[in-house]
This record gives sequence, C-alpha cells and structure tokens, in this order.
Amino acid sequence: MSAKLPSWKEVPVGAVILEPGSTRRYKTHEWRTLRPVIKQDKCIRCRICWMYCPDSAILELDKPYVTAASRKYEVTYDVDYDYCKGCGICAQECPVKAIDMVLEVR
Amino acid sequence: MSRTLTIKDIPREERFAPGHRMCQGCGAAILMRHITKAMPKDAIIVQATGCVEVTTTLYPETSWMHPWLHIAFENAAAGASGVEAALKVLKRKGVLPPEKDVRVVAIGGDGGTFDIGIQALSGLLERGHDVLYIVYDNEAYMNTGIQRSGATPFGAWTTTTPVGRVWHGEWRNKKDIIGIALAHRVPYVATINPAYIPDLYMKINKAMEIKGPKLIHAYSPCVPGWRYEPALTVTVARMAVQTGIWINYEVENNTLNVTTPVPKRKPVREYLRLHGRFRHLTDEEIEKIQEFVDKQVAYVNKLAGKEVIGPVEK
Repeated sequence: MSAKLPSWKEVPVGAVILEPGSTRRYKTHEWRTLRPVIKQDKCIRCRICWMYCPDSAILELDKPYVTAASRKYEVTYDVDYDYCKGCGICAQECPVKAIDMVLEVR
Repeated sequence: MSRTLTIKDIPREERFAPGHRMCQGCGAAILMRHITKAMPKDAIIVQATGCVEVTTTLYPETSWMHPWLHIAFENAAAGASGVEAALKVLKRKGVLPPEKDVRVVAIGGDGGTFDIGIQALSGLLERGHDVLYIVYDNEAYMNTGIQRSGATPFGAWTTTTPVGRVWHGEWRNKKDIIGIALAHRVPYVATINPAYIPDLYMKINKAMEIKGPKLIHAYSPCVPGWRYEPALTVTVARMAVQTGIWINYEVENNTLNVTTPVPKRKPVREYLRLHGRFRHLTDEEIEKIQEFVDKQVAYVNKLAGKEVIGPVEK
C-alpha cells in the first residue's frame, strides 16, 4: 500500500482509472504455497499450460531451446513467478507431466 | 469464420493484466483472459458488479486494457444499450466516422444476469441493440459468499441452501437462460466452457460479426464456492461437458449446432463427486440429477436433429 493517498483534488474526475492493465503493479506471488517448475527437456511446447493459466503467469518466450535429446524448439515456456498464484492447473493439465509443483520455501 | 481454430491460433498478446485478485485457479479468470483476447481492441466492455468486477478493478488499479465501464449489479444490459445508442448518435453527429465499427460487450455474473439484471437483459434483447452479452455462470453469488442464485443447480450446497436435517441443498432446478434469450428471437446464442478455449474463440469471433443482440452463456468453475482443489478447475469444466451437465452449442438463426459432440457420456456421479458442494447427495438425488440431464440431452439432440450427445457409458 502506498504511504500517502492522493487527495480528492488530485484524483481524476469520476475516479476514472487512466492507466490500462495497472494491476501489474500488484504482485500476487505471495499467495503461493506451491511453485510450478517446468522441466524444459520434457516439455513438448503444446501451449496447454499457457492457455489454461488464469493469471497469464506462463510466459511464451521467443527463446530457442535445444533439449538433451537434441530436439530444437523455437519457443520456451517459462513461469512468471511475480504473478503465479500456485493453483496448479498447469501441472494438472500438462499432457507429458513436465511441470512439477514444488513446495515454496522462503 | 469458416476454418476451425486450434490452440496455435490464440494470439499471444495479453489483454487482461495479471495481478488481479481473483482466487487461485479461478475459472472466470481463464474465461476473461481469452474473451478479451478474442475481442477487437477498441471494443467497449460494460461490466456488472460481480466477482470479476470487484477483483479486477481495485481503485486505483485495473486489469482491463479495453475501454471499460463499471455498471451497478442490475443494469449492465441497460448501460450497454446506452453505450450502443450513444455510438449511433456520435456517428450521426459526425464525431465518429460512419464506417468505424465499435463493438459493445456487456459482461455479467449469473446473479447479475439470471436474477437481478434479467429485466435489463430482456429489454436489451427485445430492443435489438447491437450488443454481445456474456454471462459467466458460477452458479451462485460467489462474490458475497456463496448465496444461491437462479443459476444454482439442484442439490448444490450454498450458504442459503444449507445441508442439515430439514434441508438437503438447493431443491429447485437451474433457470434456463438460453431458453429465455431464445424466446426473444435473438440472432445468436451460444454456450462456452473454459476447458474448450479454441471453441470459445470461434464463438466470440462469430458473435462479433453478427449484428443485433447476442447472448453467450459461459460455464465458470469457482474454487471456494464449489469446494474443489484449485488445480481441478479445467478438469471440472471438462467433466461437465463429458457428463452432459453442460453442452457446448450455438444457436444461429434458430438452428442448433452442438460444437463439442460427446459420443459416449459419463454418468453424472463422476462430475458430482469432484465437488464438495454435492458431497451430501444420496443415491436417489443423484438418480434425479441423472434423469434431468438425460432429459436435457434428449431435448438438445432433438433440436440438433441427430444424436450428437450419446448415451451414458456403462
């Protein structure tokens, strides 16, 4: 929470929110007790975890990756640990079980 | 939209920012993320109060990247009608170029649509405004703490239909919102499910091309209200389709088309046992729900003209 709230003279008329997508400022990672970890060598890039994530916390990156079995992929899926709430849908839906839910220890 | 869309056709760009305070594994969050991706970027969203509204727009922040308007619980449809009428006037006065096509989308929860907002919704459908109304149906008033709504199915536990010696959960059946919309002779009505996302894209794309009032009924699993593990959201949504509790279809110009055929249905018991809200059900009550689903499936098969949803697998 911000220390000082703006006065009524400073907020826009009608309390309009002028910045789209500004909830990005609020990180929801503290909700998590289990963290998803993607095993890049096992992942088949099917896009299912990315599609079903409720928090847009699976990132689709244009980062080439060569697996241990020397299979080359153009995209990499990675978890955005700032926003992941740890629901585990990605691990549940992964067809090759390439996502592990690991206990978060801080 | 003639070609069948696949998972690879989903645009990468996010139009619904993370950092919203929806629950872990929220089904509505999956829906909203893909609904906003499927819509044109300049579409105007008019949203009724509900879970999604209060968790995505905590002042001074918003998750939405579309022009977005907050409307009270009962009048999302009325507000959307006003926005659509205002766009017409702006075009007539030359403020907006006449060829510019701004789409209007109203989003409401099941409480704000089935119960509180039904009058405004009926008005919107009857007056023929060019608005797409999306109702995300989590089958109770989840935002205020799981009170029953007109969308709560038979047998479900809620805080206002408790389970005890006298009451055994909800004893009334779910309201048929699609039937109500069809009675207004609207050009397009469809149902969507978060487990079948490419189907969602095809339906939203199609609805965006059709002029006139449209209604999309979305199945929206709710983790705290339905009492299941957050990881099972998509499993629950898929099981609803596989058991025939939920049928993915669209009705365009009075022709019903089932978009997710189920050749062999699973018994409803498999769906009900995933939910904590159905754990008190007796065998007779489950049998009653099975009969209700059988009737619903027979009705849809009759309208579709062929057996798209098959018999229960033994």
